[in-house]
Amino acid sequence: MVYTSIDSTGMLQDDGIVPPHTAPSRQAWMRLLSRAPVQMLETHVAQFAGTQPRWLRRPESGLVMVQGRIGGNGERFNLGEITVTRCALRPDPARVHCEHVGIAYILGRSARHAELAATADALLQDPLNRSRLPADLLTRITDWLAARHAEQREKARATRVEFFTMARESAGERTEDSP
Amino acid sequence: MNTAVADMPLDLSDVGAAFGDPPLASQAAFRAALDALARPGRIQRVLSDAQHPSGAAASAAALALALLDPDCTLWLAPRLAQGSAAAWLRFHTGCRIVSEVREAQFLWSDADQLPPLETLPQGSEFEPACAATCLVQVEALQTGAGWRLNGPGIEQTAHLTVLGLSAAFVAQWRANHASFPRGVDLLLCTGEYIAGLPRTTAIEV
Repeated sequence: MVYTSIDSTGMLQDDGIVPPHTAPSRQAWMRLLSRAPVQMLETHVAQFAGTQPRWLRRPESGLVMVQGRIGGNGERFNLGEITVTRCALRPDPARVHCEHVGIAYILGRSARHAELAATADALLQDPLNRSRLPADLLTRITDWLAARHAEQREKARATRVEFFTMARESAGERTEDSP
Repeated sequence: MNTAVADMPLDLSDVGAAFGDPPLASQAAFRAALDALARPGRIQRVLSDAQHPSGAAASAAALALALLDPDCTLWLAPRLAQGSAAAWLRFHTGCRIVSEVREAQFLWSDADQLPPLETLPQGSEFEPACAATCLVQVEALQTGAGWRLNGPGIEQTAHLTVLGLSAAFVAQWRANHASFPRGVDLLLCTGEYIAGLPRTTAIEV
């Protein structure tokens, strides 16, 4: 499974940014929720999570192979495995009436993050419950991710090294060993 | 290979939960299946807290959860396939649902929709384990009367009454038993109870 790609600066490119002025698809919001800071979900979603979610699949952690391309355009290769936690649930009926099944796949091992993201996914699928979440929740997550991404880029840029290479004498030939 | 079914997006709207405690519940169901096949004619109880799909016997659903995994192929009888059983199994076990009986390693069916036994995968002399295992939902199971069972796992004679199987079943079973080491194995399920009918068991009416 290809989860994300690495660009030339070595940054995770998957920042989950949706184009503005389009209603986010389920795929888009699941992506945003999975990358949102847990604290933000605790603030806005935890009240609907309750203590008795109806689990279809309790949070479980596993490994997913990440594939990368050097420079973003080389051959794909297996970079390594990352930990992913997933779960599926219907929200706690004591907190909110919602029969939709929410699913979350998140990076890392936070079962709580997966639970909150799945709860939000269930609510967002239901037109009646969507309005219970702050209208700008997804925008806030997008902004937070964009800010973090910019910050990381800035940090990485400061360490950038420009390599200058002399043109080889015989261009086109492979002369790896010749002096 | 039927990819059409496997590629369909999963509709989770009717899918209920599986075991609350998957390791222990799976082991318990597996143990019940082992006991049932090791002692034909004795009825075993399978307790399960899974929210099984409509039309499914609780015991058959528990066995399906315990036995199936993504390497397995399963044929679902039409009545079960109409409900949410396929989505439920694909979500919880990841098994592949096939539409051709001869591709199935497992079958799950009501007794009246069970295909003739000779049409099911029988395994080979070299690989008898490749034969199909059938979860058959019957109307009732009762020991002490009915068929006389003989074979490994039965000290003298066991008696078992099974309601719901077709009249042709006993003749089919005779052929199935005669083709040992080839032949299919049955797990008869009703409510919370199961009884095993391995290919080694002979039935006399």
